[in-house]
Amino acid sequence: MTTTPVIDGWFTTGPEPALLGSRCTTCETVYFPPTQGFCRNPACSGDEFAETALSRRGTIWSYTDAQYQPPPPYVPPTDPFEPFALAAVELPEGLVVLGQVAKGYGVADLRVGGEVELVVETLHDDLSIWRWKPVTEMGEEADQ
Amino acid sequence: MSNDVAVAGVGMHPWGKWGRNFVEYGVHASRAALADSGIDWRDVDLIVGGETVRNGYAGYVAGATFAQALGWNGAKVATSYAACATGAQALDTARARILAGMSEVALVVGSDTTPKGFLAPNAGERWDDPDWLRFRLLGMTNPAYFALYARRRMDLYGATAEDFAQVKVKNARHGLENPNARYRKEVSVEDVLTSAVVSDPLHLLDICATSDGAAAVVLCSTEYAARHGIGGGVKINAISTVTPTFPQTVIDMPLLSTESTNAVPAPERTFKESIGQAAYEEAGIDPADVSLAEVYDLSTALELDWIEDLQLCKRGEAEVLLRAGDTTIGGRIPVNPSGGLACFGEAVPAQALAQVCEVTWQLRGQAAGRQVEGARVGITANQGLFGHGSSVILSV
Repeated sequence: MTTTPVIDGWFTTGPEPALLGSRCTTCETVYFPPTQGFCRNPACSGDEFAETALSRRGTIWSYTDAQYQPPPPYVPPTDPFEPFALAAVELPEGLVVLGQVAKGYGVADLRVGGEVELVVETLHDDLSIWRWKPVTEMGEEADQ
Repeated sequence: MSNDVAVAGVGMHPWGKWGRNFVEYGVHASRAALADSGIDWRDVDLIVGGETVRNGYAGYVAGATFAQALGWNGAKVATSYAACATGAQALDTARARILAGMSEVALVVGSDTTPKGFLAPNAGERWDDPDWLRFRLLGMTNPAYFALYARRRMDLYGATAEDFAQVKVKNARHGLENPNARYRKEVSVEDVLTSAVVSDPLHLLDICATSDGAAAVVLCSTEYAARHGIGGGVKINAISTVTPTFPQTVIDMPLLSTESTNAVPAPERTFKESIGQAAYEEAGIDPADVSLAEVYDLSTALELDWIEDLQLCKRGEAEVLLRAGDTTIGGRIPVNPSGGLACFGEAVPAQALAQVCEVTWQLRGQAAGRQVEGARVGITANQGLFGHGSSVILSV
């Protein structure tokens, strides 16, 4: 099934998807979600930004899950609702980005400091979203 | 020059799910605060209302609504919105007018009627509103944010689910005799741990409910209080309503990301640390001199974060205080003697004022059944959406 990003210009798709940030061309501060118009650095009056792909790998700052169905505008992809995990991930660019965790993974697969990689999966219907997928280190595969 | 103002009177409408209009609660709390102060409503020259967005609209949930309900008396009016810090910001407006000599007696009131269940954004499609996007893109509820902070305490400092439950047990006990608390029942560690997990590691009983309620504070200049012999000597020494410093590096409701440190390094203090620090600096009071704290326990684990943010112990040591009973009434630094949000549930525009009411009663020695003996200095703290937060220091 072909899917379309649920929101325009926030992430790329394909075999090596990435989040798309904005880099202030004056002070170099990187922002995600992408921004325009004005730089939020109080010492910078920049108003031009360059699109920049963020690192695809980061470390888990923290994580949790949703065991109850969130209220609208959340759209449940399944009926009945299936719980899903969430992670806040610290990227080498110096910011933390929230995301759902890749399908099939739960809180038991996560730890603060653990490595994750960006993937794009179906959010619901034909819409796609970025997600964080735990990176399995060599030797851990056999344990699962 | 001293920036102190006197607390002339405080009052509340009990928290609960009463199913009535917020104006009624606000009037009840206002009348209670006025009666407590001994000041006639007609002598109040400024009314400041705490506003909320969720129920009603901004023009309605405003100071003037309460002024009309109390009976137009010609007072000047102001209204403030600052999410969970709304009440403190309203208080700060009143304080500034009094210190500037533009007001003598001010009534500050916040009141709310809340819906059941998860707090959710208003209907409609708003692709540029982070508070809407977090639900639409991620299904990220408020408890999920609380759970991120809770998990970090576990993985970084060795906190356990039992520790979090123990905060609830303590606060439930604190609130047993509080006539304004909604929940006045003992809770056991087992009750918490066997309640449903909402967002791992937080159980249903780790997370505060939403409630109806109202709180009001009558403020006046210290000269006015002395002249009329009112207020029992309780003063507000500081009201901190600082915003974060760029880059804001702790993930914060309702945002999907933090600001990057790639160009500008992280500030010396986190946002929550800076809220308390600004209050201490303004009051000229040391954290070691604090007798009690009323903090925003939206979750049990968040109370532990606040204890450290307010410098009542070192980072990562709040569980040590909790386990030693230091944060229980009778301990070294009682936290949430009112019972906190655990016993009240959150009534957003009223909550920061309710914290001030409790500290006032504690400093006057009137907190029957939950009194912190010899209380001299109390601090409050809260944080809400979009970079709002506050801390108030009172002393006697």
